[in-house]
Amino acid sequence: MNHLPLIIKREYLNKVRNKSFIVMTFLSPMIMIALIAVVAYLSQMNNDKQRTISILDETGVVASEFETSEFTTYSIIDNMPLKGAKELVKAKNDFGLLFIKKSSDSMNVVESVNFYSDDSPSLSIISGLERKIEKRLSDVKLQKAGVDIAQILASKTQVNIAQETFEGEKTSKVDSYLKLAFGGAAGYLLFMFIIIYGNMIMRSVIEEKTSRIIEIIISSVKPIQLMMGKIIGTSLAGVTQFVIWIILGGVLLSVVSAIFGIDVMQMQTPQQELINQAMANSDAQNMAQELITGFVNLPILNLCVAFLFFFIGGYLLYSSLYAAIGAAVDNETDTQQFMMPIIMPLVLAVYVGVFTVIEDPHGTVSTVFSFIPFTSPVVMLMRIPFGVPVWQQLLSFGILLCTFIFTVWFAAKIYRVGILMYGKKPTYKELFKWLRY
Amino acid sequence: MNNLLVANAVSKSFGDFKALNDVSIEVSKGSIFGLLGPNGAGKTTLIRIINQITMPDSGEILLDGSPLKPHNIRDIGYLPEERGLYKTMRVGEQAIYLAQLKGLTKQEAKDRLKYWFDKLDIGDWWNKKVQELSKGQAQKIQFIVTVLHRPKLLIFDEPFSGFDPINASLIKDEILQLRDEGATVIFSTHRMESVEELCDHIALIHKSNKVLDGKLTDVKRQFKTNTFEVGLQSAHPETLTQLIKEQFEVFPATFKNLNDDIKMNIKLPQNASSNDLLRFLTSKAEIHHFVEVIPSANDIFIQTVKNN
Repeated sequence: MNHLPLIIKREYLNKVRNKSFIVMTFLSPMIMIALIAVVAYLSQMNNDKQRTISILDETGVVASEFETSEFTTYSIIDNMPLKGAKELVKAKNDFGLLFIKKSSDSMNVVESVNFYSDDSPSLSIISGLERKIEKRLSDVKLQKAGVDIAQILASKTQVNIAQETFEGEKTSKVDSYLKLAFGGAAGYLLFMFIIIYGNMIMRSVIEEKTSRIIEIIISSVKPIQLMMGKIIGTSLAGVTQFVIWIILGGVLLSVVSAIFGIDVMQMQTPQQELINQAMANSDAQNMAQELITGFVNLPILNLCVAFLFFFIGGYLLYSSLYAAIGAAVDNETDTQQFMMPIIMPLVLAVYVGVFTVIEDPHGTVSTVFSFIPFTSPVVMLMRIPFGVPVWQQLLSFGILLCTFIFTVWFAAKIYRVGILMYGKKPTYKELFKWLRY
Repeated sequence: MNNLLVANAVSKSFGDFKALNDVSIEVSKGSIFGLLGPNGAGKTTLIRIINQITMPDSGEILLDGSPLKPHNIRDIGYLPEERGLYKTMRVGEQAIYLAQLKGLTKQEAKDRLKYWFDKLDIGDWWNKKVQELSKGQAQKIQFIVTVLHRPKLLIFDEPFSGFDPINASLIKDEILQLRDEGATVIFSTHRMESVEELCDHIALIHKSNKVLDGKLTDVKRQFKTNTFEVGLQSAHPETLTQLIKEQFEVFPATFKNLNDDIKMNIKLPQNASSNDLLRFLTSKAEIHHFVEVIPSANDIFIQTVKNN
């Protein structure tokens, strides 16, 4: 008798109808969006603040570099002793006073630079001031050394290397960023999915144990059926939640940005920053063109198929372990000792993905980790946009599949024994013994 | 074939611990079979093996003459001692789910549940969540779910725990009725008075071994000690008591009687009959009370466990 569909249906409905699940599903995108809106709003407010910085320049050459901008007004104080300038700035209620002291050595021009203020200035204000002074001083020094600055400016050259594979496929830097974004998103999604819904499976197994219904159920169905039903049912609930999050998040995001006029997309993530830097090096139209070709160049079909297989494989591998842990313990606090060995390879996979795959997608480390079954789903998903030979993908998936079958067997053994064990906090040694029961 | 269930030399170990050692039982059709034993004796392991929850290391279980197969779960209804329900699920929905797992269709399950809910007068619980029910109420649902698919073999592990006397007797009557309708019942409990009331046949498992097996009446016959409870009236009670004590083994006895007479248990030698005792007594005293002492299930249990 196959009860699997029945169990899946119950698990799914039970999860989806759960009040806290519903609240989480609809509330968390709202909270996220609200958070983004608040942050965006606050950072705008911060930038809006007008500042006046007074400059007392003894050298007379640096002050000209400071041009009043939208948020910062520079007022130049002439011929005044430092003490008098300080009092003046205080009286005017300016943000601060920049004091540039003249050097007696004509080659060095400036002896020291000080900034006086009531509130200590932020790092970005100070580094902005430093950059301006440094630029001006090097210009002055170059001039003194008899170098023509116009020539230096004219000699600056910009290079864009056009990349192409031997087969004639064109790639570009934008491509790489795009690949990175896709691979990273896929790997990270899997990581999040495993953590959130793996835990949910574990809790639901524990709940079955604590409510003591387990023996009634397994006098009707095989434990492995119950376990697989739980894993699949919970996963489907997870997919439902994820899809709602994405749709709701998208809708809310556009609503919020329309209402508040905040261009939320401008909020920069590190990856976007990379893209923006790449953009800065080429003109915008060219950029859009490259983005589109880059997107078309992505191995979309391969990406989708691999995503499906590695996502499911990796998720099932980990969730069967979560189910086994849930079966082995009596309550959630006892799960801690078993969580480490699960979380470690996952975190390792994400680190390898983020640090190594970006650096060298086909290097030894990346390749090896994309074969080890506990890290392969995440690492392989991050590598695939850069083009991984099909045999490697198949081999890696084959290893994953074998490990998955072994893990399910292993988890089912522990599950079968564990669900009927009460009151004992098992050790690893005991779990090993259960395998022989 | 008169036996519904036969266990042949079943053994099971968990690591170094031997939970069942070569245990065989035969449960005849339409009987109520009491599976007794102290805590940790191995009863639950045997029941789980019958339910195919655990597999035996050696030995086999025959149901209706053929070895147990996965599809046999339909033929068995099991009410475990450790039992519960999904707390957040609604009663009706949950009962239907559990019945479907036993192979009923949704409609069948609904119809039969309606019958049982009406019979036990609990129709208004259908849409309640289990966590709103009391323990006894939840036990009723569990009982219904156990018998709903009309299994040939019913296994009850401590079915009365958590019930008040009224509901316990209600459930007891239901069990008897199911037996009369043809079901065979295996009944595991520590409450010896319900063993007396219900069981036709008992087996006692102690420290993984079966130490006693047979019809309850046969077992009682086997355990009787040829002892008689007597109430006598005599003009000289002290001398008579002294005389009896010289002739037989005597134990004190308590029972209700109108007269303030001699009350004692007299144990006869193995070959002596009750008539011998009567003959001896009639000449010396007036006999008001004369009953053979039949060992209770409780006595048998304690005696067997202590002697092993």
